[in-house]
Amino acid sequence: MNAKNRLTATCAAAALVAACLAPGAASAADLVISNWDGYMAPDIAEQFKVATGLEIEVVNHATNEEVMGKLMASGGKGYDVVFVSSPFAEILNGQGLAEPIDKAAVPNLANLYPEATTLAYDPGYAFSVPYTWGTTGLCYRADLVEGTPDSWMTLLQPTDKLKGKTTMLATDRWLMAAGELAKGFSVNEKDPAKLEEVKNLLIEAKKTLLAYDDTTFYSKLVSAEASLVQAWDGWCNYGITENKDIKFVVPKEGSDLWIDTIVVMKSSENKDAAMKFINFILDAKNHAWAAQNILYKVPNKAAMESLDKALAEQYPNMAMAPADLVKYELLRDLGTAQKDYSRIVSEIKAAN
Amino acid sequence: MRGRRLRPRGSRLLSFNATRPTLLAAPGVAWLVAFMVVPCLLVLSYAFFQRGVWGGVEYTFTLENFARVADPLYAKIFLNSARIALTATVVAILIAYPAAYAISRAPRMSQPILLFFAVLPFWSNYLIRTYAWIVLLNREGLINNLLRTLGYTGEPLSMLYTESAVITGLVYNYLPFVILAIYSTLSRLNPELMEASRDLGAGPVRTFLRVTLPLTLSGVAAGGVFVFVLSIGNFVTPALLGGGRFQMVGNLVYDQFLTANDWPFGAALGAALIVTMIVLLLLQARATAHASGERKREGER
Repeated sequence: MNAKNRLTATCAAAALVAACLAPGAASAADLVISNWDGYMAPDIAEQFKVATGLEIEVVNHATNEEVMGKLMASGGKGYDVVFVSSPFAEILNGQGLAEPIDKAAVPNLANLYPEATTLAYDPGYAFSVPYTWGTTGLCYRADLVEGTPDSWMTLLQPTDKLKGKTTMLATDRWLMAAGELAKGFSVNEKDPAKLEEVKNLLIEAKKTLLAYDDTTFYSKLVSAEASLVQAWDGWCNYGITENKDIKFVVPKEGSDLWIDTIVVMKSSENKDAAMKFINFILDAKNHAWAAQNILYKVPNKAAMESLDKALAEQYPNMAMAPADLVKYELLRDLGTAQKDYSRIVSEIKAAN
Repeated sequence: MRGRRLRPRGSRLLSFNATRPTLLAAPGVAWLVAFMVVPCLLVLSYAFFQRGVWGGVEYTFTLENFARVADPLYAKIFLNSARIALTATVVAILIAYPAAYAISRAPRMSQPILLFFAVLPFWSNYLIRTYAWIVLLNREGLINNLLRTLGYTGEPLSMLYTESAVITGLVYNYLPFVILAIYSTLSRLNPELMEASRDLGAGPVRTFLRVTLPLTLSGVAAGGVFVFVLSIGNFVTPALLGGGRFQMVGNLVYDQFLTANDWPFGAALGAALIVTMIVLLLLQARATAHASGERKREGER
C-alpha cells in the first residue's frame, strides 16, 4: 500500500470509529426507568412527555435479581426509578439505596386502597409505592378435573387421573411456598427442621409432576397437556382468555401475597421528575392500563373502579376484594435463609 | 533415506521469521484476551470471596466455595451431568460415524451437498431447534398426533420432560460437529491402505476394525470431546426438554448467578467445570498428537 492509500484507509477507519461512538453522546433523558418488558404501556414515554414535557428512557430487566445485581454493583447510579418486587424493595431500603417518597409531590397516592397503606414491608409508603399485587393459586381445567381443587395437596398428592398432568412454578419462593402452605407453615419459613419436611413433601410430589414451568403453564392447560397447575392469578387469566373452561382458585390453606413496587433511587439526580412519574402512573386512567392489558390487579381504587364490569365477569379473580387479598401472607426477604432455599430447590430438582 | 536430511533440524527454526505472523495474529489474540480471558478470570476470581448478605460479593478471602462444590449433593449433580453428556457423546458417535462414512464414500461431486445438509440445522437458532423438539415430543405434539392418525388409541406417549428427551436434544444439536470431524479424517484416509488390507486377505469388517477405525480415531475423539464438553455445561436443553426436573451443572451455575444471587459459589462451580473441560481437551490433544506422530513415522518408512 503506498502512502496515499494508507492515509485514505486510516482516515476512513477513524471516521468509522467516530461514527460508532457518536450516538452514545446523543441521549439525554431526564429519567432512566427499569421495568419488566410489557409491564407499562408501550407509548408511556410519549404520554409522559405530553403530560409533563419530560423525557424518559425505559430499560428492561428480566428478573428482580438481574436489576438488583446492577443496582448493588453501581450503588444505584444509572437508574432513577426501578420496578422491583417487595422483598427487593426491602433490601434496597436496608442498603440505603431507596429515596423516601415525597408525599406532597405524589397526591395520587390518595387513589390507592386503604389496605395498601398498611403493608408490612413498607407501611405508609416510606420508600416504595405498590404498582401491582396478587396471589398464587391453582389454575385448572374445570372440564378435566372433578370437583373444585380446594387444597395444595390436590396438586402435591394428585389423584391417579391427575398424575403426570400437573405443573408447579419453578421459581424457588413459589415452589417452596406450595409445600409450606400445604403443611401449614409460613411462606417465609426459616426453621431448618420445617424446611426439611417441606423438602421431603416436594420431592415426593415431583414424582407425579409433569414439569416445573414458570412461563408456559397456561398454554399447557389450553392444549390439555396439563389439567391442574400452580399459577399466579394474573397468568391464569391468560389461559382463561384462550379457554373458557379454565378457572382459578386459592386453596383453603391460604396463599402468598406478592406485590410489585416502584422505588426511586437515592442516587438519582432527578428526584422531582421521578416523583412526577410516580404520580403520573398512579393516575386512575394510567394505572388502569395495567389491569386492562396485563390482567393483573392494581392497588389503585380509582383505577379498579373505573374498569369495565365485563372484565371482572370474564376474569373473576380481578374482582377479588383487597380486604381478602391482604389476608394472604406477604412474601418477605429471607436474608441468609435464601441460600438454604436455593440449596433445597437444587436438591428437589436433582432428586429422582 | 539417510541422505534426505541435509541440514540439521535446528537451523529451520533460526531462518523462520516470526514477526509478520505475530503481527497478524496480535489483534485476534488481543481481542480474545481482552474480551474472553480477562472477563472469565474476573468471574472466576469471585470464587475466592464470600457472598454478601444481600447478594453482592464481599471481598473476604475464603476457600469455602470450593469446599461446597465437593458436597455430595453437587458432586452427584456433576456426576449425573457427566453421565448424561457421556451418553449423548456415545449416541452421537454411533449415529455420526455411519453418516460420515456414507458421505465419504459418496461420489466426489455430491459430497459438499451432503455435508451442507448435515450442517443445515445450524442455520437456525439453537433455542428454536430445541423448542421444535418440544413441539414434536409433547403429549399433544406432532409425534403423538401422528400415532393417533395411524390408529394408536392408548394413552399418549410421555416422551417430553424425561432424561431421554434431554439426551435426544443434545445429540441432535451437536451431531453436525461430530459428522464433520469424522468426515474430515475419513476423507484424508488413503484408499490404498484399505485396498492393501483387502489384497492381504482381510474381509470388510476386519479391514474396518483394524485399518479404518484406528486411523480415524482422532476425528472420533475430536468430535466426542466436542459433544461432551458442550453437553456437560449445557443448561438450555435440560431446562426446556427436561421441564426443570433434571439439574445439570449448567442449571446449577445459572441458579447461583440468577436466582440465589450467590456469585462466588456459581464461580466456584464454573471453575470446576472449566478445569474438567481443559483436562479433557488436553488429553484429546495429546492423543491426537500421539496418533499423528505414529502416522508420520509410518509414512516416512
